[in-house]
Amino acid sequence: MNDMRIADRTVSSDTAKMTARGVQVYYGENHALKDVDIDILGGTVTAFIGPSGCGKSTFLRCLNRMNDTVSIARVLGEIKLDGEDIYDKSVDPVTLRARVGMVFQKPNPFPKSIYDNVAYGPKIHGLTKSKAELDQVVETSLKKAALWNEVKDRLHAPGTGLSGGQQQRLCIARAIATSPEVLLMDEPCSALDPIATAQVEELIDELRSQFSVVIVTHSMQQAARVSQRTAFFHLGHLVEYGETGQIFTNPQDPRTESYITGRIG
Amino acid sequence: MSIGLITLIVLGLAVLGFILGRQRALSAVGGDPRTLHSLPGYYGWSVFLFTAVPALLLLVTWAFVQPTALNSHVAGMIPAADVASYGSTQLVMADVRRIADGLDAVARNAGLDETGLAALRADLTDMRGRLAEVGVALGSNVAPSVLEAAKEYRSLSGTLRLGMALAVLLAALAGLGFALWRIDPRQRARNLVEQFTLVLLAGCSLIAVATTFGIVASLVVESVHFFKLYDFRDFFFSLTWSPRFGGGSELGLWPLVWGTLYVSFIALLVSVPVGLMAAIYLSEYAGKKVRAFAKPAIEILAGIPTIVYGLFALITVGPFLRDWFAQPMGLGSSSSSVMTAGLVMGIMLIPFVSSLSDDIINAVPQSMRDGSFGLGATRSETVKQVILPAALPGIVGAILLAASRAIGETMIVVMGAGAAAKLDVNPFEAMTTVTVKIVSQLTGDTEFASPETLVAFALGLTLFCFTLALNVVALVIVRKYREQYE
Ligand SMILES: Nc1ncnc2c1ncn2[C@@H]1O[C@H](COP(=O)(O)OP(=O)(O)OP(=O)(O)O)[C@@H](O)[C@H]1O
Ligand SMILES: [Mg+2]
Repeated sequence: MNDMRIADRTVSSDTAKMTARGVQVYYGENHALKDVDIDILGGTVTAFIGPSGCGKSTFLRCLNRMNDTVSIARVLGEIKLDGEDIYDKSVDPVTLRARVGMVFQKPNPFPKSIYDNVAYGPKIHGLTKSKAELDQVVETSLKKAALWNEVKDRLHAPGTGLSGGQQQRLCIARAIATSPEVLLMDEPCSALDPIATAQVEELIDELRSQFSVVIVTHSMQQAARVSQRTAFFHLGHLVEYGETGQIFTNPQDPRTESYITGRIG
Repeated sequence: MSIGLITLIVLGLAVLGFILGRQRALSAVGGDPRTLHSLPGYYGWSVFLFTAVPALLLLVTWAFVQPTALNSHVAGMIPAADVASYGSTQLVMADVRRIADGLDAVARNAGLDETGLAALRADLTDMRGRLAEVGVALGSNVAPSVLEAAKEYRSLSGTLRLGMALAVLLAALAGLGFALWRIDPRQRARNLVEQFTLVLLAGCSLIAVATTFGIVASLVVESVHFFKLYDFRDFFFSLTWSPRFGGGSELGLWPLVWGTLYVSFIALLVSVPVGLMAAIYLSEYAGKKVRAFAKPAIEILAGIPTIVYGLFALITVGPFLRDWFAQPMGLGSSSSSVMTAGLVMGIMLIPFVSSLSDDIINAVPQSMRDGSFGLGATRSETVKQVILPAALPGIVGAILLAASRAIGETMIVVMGAGAAAKLDVNPFEAMTTVTVKIVSQLTGDTEFASPETLVAFALGLTLFCFTLALNVVALVIVRKYREQYE
């Protein structure tokens, strides 16, 4: 939080990649997300922070329509990607999810080899022309996710045999191999040691040049280190959204202030 | 006293023991259960167990041993010449037991007392006629030695029965007394009950295992008899199956095995793809309402008795296949065919495959699906690349279960494929399977000790080996897969 870099952090783009207006989510009777308006900017890392159960994951899942797979979830309001309503009937959720990738809160490697886990997206979307090219994509993705050195000798071992933190990085590699335009990461460092965390944060910063990144985190330090924008959620409301430096140094809302100083959570 | 009555008395004593034991434990500590090692009920149970278990074990053992001992004792009284006229000791003893049972009724009928009964002589009275009057019809006149044996049998079994009742009741009382005497606040009654539970559970699983071994052993024994009468080379290497009940049959195994495998193969060819895809539809695509209707509807298929499937094969499918496929294609004119039986059996197996696979697919965690959807995969890509590989061990299990069913199925084959043992590749020919032949050989008219009948056991053993091999293969596949993905 007292990281000095945040003050001179600049947002590289002001164009909104995704915009959300009046988003409401209900799980059956439970009103989980209330009237969220937000602009996710292109070429930016946006951090979602807030206490457990406040709806961060829920909102993230709205951005690539993963809530479609939850039968009791109902999403109202409008979310646009590059000016196009993603909940419009003409939009195919499958192609949308290829453009808006996601790393889940719980690592969920497929019961396949490490290689096949990473190659999964490129294969189903036909992103590579040859085996050599696919090998290349797998290698770069694993390198970016800081996993290459640990698995390069056992690419054909099952992905489910990795440790929890390795699985988390495998899921990150899997998501970036598909080269989405927006990458949603739900607590990607929750099971990582400080070194792997630093590597993933480096990756996130690097990804910013190609994608917009949205990251959910419970670590205020991490939000401060990697993001340019921060959104604070509380009890289903988007309480405050703005430049990371401003949120951490000069929050407008008393709830934000008490959260980042550790009084609610 | 009958065995049932003795059991009841022992159980009554045990219940009494429970009550007394509980009270004694409580009174030993002045009514404060906290100072007892175990809850008061456990002391009650310990008395209950000490009373009932040894007594009932004794009862069971006695009931098993007594007839054998009695038989061998009484059989020794009959001279060899009389045994020879009956054919075998078993046959004489059967008569002895029937006469012994009949003697009571004879005595009642003629108003005889015990001494009168003892004075009955086979050479002076018409025992056969007297026994027939009370409903015991005998094949021949009663030889004097047989009547004496029957009298001995009757009196001895009466004495032994009384002895058994006394011994069992004494054992129960001794157990009761001993258990009551050893009750003490520090006694670990709870652990005793725990140990008994363990023995009980282990005993039950032993029963299951022992039964399997027993069945296999009986198959092996009878098969050995068969191979003494019939050369095993002819059984394993001959390609002809033509039992003649007059003797001189050829009992080659292969036509039957071929028929079994062929029918099962067609059945699996029908049931596995259809069942699996139905399961995928139900678990991955169908909405709640469709699922609520379709799943039970498919499972109704599983509740239809196989004889009804057999009728369906005989009346509908067989003639249909013959008129529309076999005859136009010039492949034969029989309405019973491997194809008929295979198709109908395949339909029967669909619910097996589908409902098992459906459960297994549902057990694949939702996070797998999320991961795949999150990368922009469609439903069918997700199913093909993520869900099926994850569910494969279970699905293999389901398929092998279906295969065992197919191999063991009899009714549909009799009615759909006929009873002619043939080695043929034409699926529209009538063929038959191992199970069908087991039934027809065992229910044939030849005597039991002929190879034509005993072959049924060798066939049964072969079938058992096949399903065993199938299970082993399944285990190996599943384990290999598990290793890779867990
Ligand atoms: N699949 C679901 N079905 C029903 N209710 C759900 C579901 N997922 C989330 N919820 C509810 O929605 C609310 C918000 O949950 P969400 O997962 O978005 O929280 P979160 O902010 O991500 O919390 P955490 O930091 O613990 O991950 C919670 O009250 C939760 O109970
Ligand atoms: Mg969450």
